[in-house]
Amino acid sequence: MRRDIFQAIADPSRRAIIALIALHAMTPNAIAEHFDTSRQAVSKHLRILTECELVKQDHRGREIFYQLEINKMKEIDKWLEQYRVIWERRFSQLDTLLTTLKKTKK
Amino acid sequence: MNANLLFDFTVDKEAKTIHVKREFDADRSLVWKAWTTADLLDQWWAPQPFRNKTKAMDFSEGGFWHYYMISPENEKHWCRFDYEKIDVEKKFTGLDAFCDEAGNLNTAFSRMHWQNNFASAGNGTVVNITITVDSFETLEKIIEMGFKEGFTQGLDQLETLLGTLKG
Repeated sequence: MRRDIFQAIADPSRRAIIALIALHAMTPNAIAEHFDTSRQAVSKHLRILTECELVKQDHRGREIFYQLEINKMKEIDKWLEQYRVIWERRFSQLDTLLTTLKKTKK
Repeated sequence: MNANLLFDFTVDKEAKTIHVKREFDADRSLVWKAWTTADLLDQWWAPQPFRNKTKAMDFSEGGFWHYYMISPENEKHWCRFDYEKIDVEKKFTGLDAFCDEAGNLNTAFSRMHWQNNFASAGNGTVVNITITVDSFETLEKIIEMGFKEGFTQGLDQLETLLGTLKG
């Protein structure tokens, strides 16, 4: 199943994981230490993040480090762009209203 | 849309803030009125194809605006904007949140803090908006809401309407 980035960041725990590993790559155990949830729950989140290609695995010896894919995070910018469109729409409605109000005032 | 009017939109993901800056071709008292009067807000606040309806408005410090945005599928999204500081025709701050029909806050989403500054610029007015969020999740909900099926259709309708108005 193809997962998308918005699903990835929709979950607060996953956002917290992203924030953690944005600083530096971490092992699942190190990540799990920051959460009250089980190690399994953290693994599940990591799996989803990996499927979304938001994180990648880096094998160092016997350990696996998870690291953030910065470029993928940029997709979020595209999503924020949609919020900008909402504002544009709103404001163009306000422009129309202000024009009408100015006419009625005169 | 008037292409000559200034419009800035920047996001600081670290600070979780969104800055919106927009110029309006009207004097400050009129722009202020459009931002703070219920029946005027109802005419522009909800982005097409949504419509905005006010249930109650108390524009005063400690007061709040209780409203909903209704989708083309008649789905209502209740919101409330609690006013903190008001400096007439200059600035107002407050918290915007999802709620229910009775005004009870929807705790599944964090509130967004708003600071809106109004400044005269020539014959127009520049509005500076700073939105601070605890997380971008609330924003995501807003975007999801506005971008469901029917939205593109709404955009087309608006284009047509604007064309009629211009013509």
